[in-house]
Amino acid sequence: MLNIFMLLFSRQGKLRLQKWYVPLSDKERKKISRDLVQTILARKPKMCSFLEWRDLKIVYKRYASLYFCCAVEDQDNELITLEIIHRYVELLDKYFGSVCELDIIFNFEKAYFILDEFLLGGEAQETSKKNVLKAIEQADLLQEEAEAPRSVLEEIGLT
Amino acid sequence: MPAVSKGDGMRGLAVFISDIRNCKSKEAEVKRINKELANIRSKFKGDKALDGYSKKKYVCKLLFIFLLGHDIDFGHMEAVNLLSSNKYTEKQIGYLFISVLVNSNSELIRLINNAIKNDLASRNPTFMNLALHCIANVGSREMAEAFASDIPRILVAGDTMDSVKQSAALCLLRLNRTSPDLVPMGEWTARVVHLLNDQHLGVVTAATSLITTLAQKSPDDFKTSVSLAVARLSRIVTSASIDLQDYTYYFVAAPWLSVKLLRLLQCYPPPEDASLRSRLTECLETILNKAQEPPKSKKVQHSNAKNAVLFEAIALIIHHDSEPNLLVRACNQLGQFLQHRETNLRYLALESMCTLASSEFSHEAVKTHIETVISALKTERDVSVRQRAVDLLYAMCDRSNSKQIVAEMLSYLETADYSIREEIVLKVAILAEKYAVDYTWYVDTILNLIRIAGDYVSEEVWYRVIQIVINRDDVQGYAAKTVFEALQAPACHENLVKVGGYILGEFGNLIAGDPRSSPLVQFNLLHSKFHLCSVPTRALLLSAYIKFINLFPEVKGTIQDVLRSDSQLRNADVELQQRAVEYLRLSCIASTDILATVLEEMPPFPERESSILAKLKKKKGSSKLPDMDDSRKNVNGNTEHAEDAEVASKVPSHTFTDNLNVNSAPSSGASLLVDVFSDFSSAAPTESSDEHFPRFVCKNNGVIYENQLLQIGLKSEYRQNLGRMYVFYGNKTSTQFQSFSTSVSSNDVLCSQLNVQEKPVDPLIEAGAQVQQILNIECVSDFSDTPVLNIQFRYGGTLQNIAVKLPVMLNKFFQPTEMMSQDFFQRWKQLGAPQQEVQKIFKAKNQMDTDVTKAKVNSEALGQCEHLGPSVTDLSYSINMQSDFSFMILLLLWCFYESSQLTSLCSVAFTPPALRFRCSSVGRCGS
Repeated sequence: MLNIFMLLFSRQGKLRLQKWYVPLSDKERKKISRDLVQTILARKPKMCSFLEWRDLKIVYKRYASLYFCCAVEDQDNELITLEIIHRYVELLDKYFGSVCELDIIFNFEKAYFILDEFLLGGEAQETSKKNVLKAIEQADLLQEEAEAPRSVLEEIGLT
Repeated sequence: MPAVSKGDGMRGLAVFISDIRNCKSKEAEVKRINKELANIRSKFKGDKALDGYSKKKYVCKLLFIFLLGHDIDFGHMEAVNLLSSNKYTEKQIGYLFISVLVNSNSELIRLINNAIKNDLASRNPTFMNLALHCIANVGSREMAEAFASDIPRILVAGDTMDSVKQSAALCLLRLNRTSPDLVPMGEWTARVVHLLNDQHLGVVTAATSLITTLAQKSPDDFKTSVSLAVARLSRIVTSASIDLQDYTYYFVAAPWLSVKLLRLLQCYPPPEDASLRSRLTECLETILNKAQEPPKSKKVQHSNAKNAVLFEAIALIIHHDSEPNLLVRACNQLGQFLQHRETNLRYLALESMCTLASSEFSHEAVKTHIETVISALKTERDVSVRQRAVDLLYAMCDRSNSKQIVAEMLSYLETADYSIREEIVLKVAILAEKYAVDYTWYVDTILNLIRIAGDYVSEEVWYRVIQIVINRDDVQGYAAKTVFEALQAPACHENLVKVGGYILGEFGNLIAGDPRSSPLVQFNLLHSKFHLCSVPTRALLLSAYIKFINLFPEVKGTIQDVLRSDSQLRNADVELQQRAVEYLRLSCIASTDILATVLEEMPPFPERESSILAKLKKKKGSSKLPDMDDSRKNVNGNTEHAEDAEVASKVPSHTFTDNLNVNSAPSSGASLLVDVFSDFSSAAPTESSDEHFPRFVCKNNGVIYENQLLQIGLKSEYRQNLGRMYVFYGNKTSTQFQSFSTSVSSNDVLCSQLNVQEKPVDPLIEAGAQVQQILNIECVSDFSDTPVLNIQFRYGGTLQNIAVKLPVMLNKFFQPTEMMSQDFFQRWKQLGAPQQEVQKIFKAKNQMDTDVTKAKVNSEALGQCEHLGPSVTDLSYSINMQSDFSFMILLLLWCFYESSQLTSLCSVAFTPPALRFRCSSVGRCGS
């Protein structure tokens, strides 16, 4: 059950999140994501969520304007990977409150943190929704305590 | 800009992101980014020390820019500084930056590792988790070196928090994947296995992944995990869905953990312990039963999670391949899915059934779904599903349904997606060959393939049809007739022209009796395609023409005219020009006899594994293919090529054969069509090989057998009637051979004539290693058969059988005897009985040189020879050989010239008549 990588991209083909669980050079990553995004965008809506692509098995699903896509190993279980994607979407949804693409654009770092709590090294680390959200909320709590009030000028990015 | 619902909200970052989103063009975006990079650079370089917040914000901006696809070459140091901040969010951003933009800068790695070390030692679980996530995300060798020994400690320590245990387990898993040599096995391994019993299901989930990976590498160390995994699985599948609280997913109890446990069990054979085994069977039955229950929710997540567990259970059932009942149930369940309205399930059912088809228990059950699969091939709208249907048809094909399946695949091919055509062509070609009872069907099928998808018919496929037609004389006439008819189509594929040219060139005479396909008609038909073809095909056609000159003298003039035309003799292509010139000359000067010899029908090809199969295996990886061992048996190879080889070597450099880009005839190794067979060697039931055998007639050392896996070398020495043979078995693979054993078998007659005693051999041969075995041989009386060495071993789960003829021949026990010529002839005369003498006259292949011949005869241990001096003939030898059991062989080799041709006469006189055959072969080696 190894995720090799996970990509989130929009219908326009813009990458919103990328997580690589195998060592690849920057160039290879760019090439793979470019080719794969094109392949998936070319598929029709009713098509199967799984495809063999090069030597990988790709599992993907579209949620509103975003495509979630995982590459897994050959013997891996497609359906459970599909539900990995769904659980991640649920986590984002719960955390942001009805998540949309913009939430992920503006809070990309949060999307990464949630993913790390859920999947680590390509494997499911914690599949309980409550436990993952608890961990993230604890971190947010730590953050608020630590946060000092800032001047308005600084906040609007004039620094 | 949306309201940020939670967290810190770095507004400067949000503003920057908005700006980027508002950019109308790529140029504007680049400009905005460059401005921001300049700003950040100046902040980082500025005199004023930045506070943690600003550092965090700028590092985060850099990260955003990087994720947009731009290069970032600074900021690493600031990110590393954030790691040692005591504010959680700053640390978190620092770690995120490091995880995404790893830099192999050694100075930086040292600093990063330092920060990680501090956090791991902090005993603050959130910090520890951040550090562990970073190691798991980066997974570099340097990190493995620094932490591989600490993490197991954290994982099994009694006071570690559950969430840290989870991170530690997966962190270790990642390091084990990237640098397995650095992760030490130790006493912690036993304690890791016990995490399967942990109270916390999250810990069990993470630990199961780790144990599965470790168990794949060293199954013996983790054997105890089987019983724990079965127990855990059993508790999950029998639990009420609410028992597991938040680990229940859409009414399915812990689907991820169940899948992982089932995967772990696939690292092992079925449990030997009966109660454990029945408990596991119960689990699997429960899972199969649940699939029949009405769904507890209409949500697709419910059915997906349930079926994910079901498919993994089926994978385990297939892996065990031992419970016919479960296999058939699995197959029936998948059969239901074949018609499910969810495309995903249909896809997975087709895929899973492919593996079921290769189990003897479920093959028949899979076959009952043939109609559904064929309709999937016709009606599925998604090419990836159709591809699975093709795979399944291929896997379920056997003798009973091959005609139907091949026909369906052929008709699908007409509309198939371009991306999968080549693969379908290969599959059809393999099935047609494998299941051909009637080779006319095979020929029709391949010609259909070329007609429908000529562009996708690779060389391997059309080479193969030619090989088969040449090797099977029952199909040659039919093939000639069929290609002749196919060529009459106004537009035919170039591959058809190639096959047609080759086959008519060889066997056109078989249909020439019919006036509709008279030689001239055949020639005109072929030649009408000539101008449309590429150079290699034209070259092939030229060779077909010269073959026609031999087959049909009546068209010689027509063909010579064609060859003589400027477009041939002055062709810009050197190859074509040379062929035209040489063939024209050959046809003008050679006598009919010579032409007939030079242009003789091609000899049969040696029997090998189908090159098409090898190609498909390469394309697909062999895992998905059912065994196709018997495909090699379909070509009746015949290995007697010696004479043809000679002929070929005398022919001008471009014989008919090198159309296929090779230089000599089949027997000589690197040759026509033979090189289209790759070296691929399958795990055939019993492989036997004699190809190196003849070399050992006169030699005692060398390689007697070699395939992809194994090389067998021999060293032997003989004294009087005793011999000792050292056999060296070399493992050429990177996997060890297990249960290696050998035995020498002799037929009943040989048993009493020759004793072969084998010393024991090591049952294990490590990868790349060589082991030695000694055979002691005793010759009791004269013999003419050869003993066979049978070798058996297990390689990667499959049993390999190899049989090799041992080169122990009577001549090995010959001993030279010196005698004077007078004595020699006296003895010769005494052996006067007709059955005591054999004589063979043959033409010498090479120049006979006294010294060379003498050395040869001597060196082959045939005996001491003595020059008898000139006699009536130019040259003569006497050789006396006396075997240990007191009889004598006298050999007389005469050489004489006959109208410039050298001829040898070999006479042998001997005492026991049984030696007849052996002696004549001795005579041959001497010449």
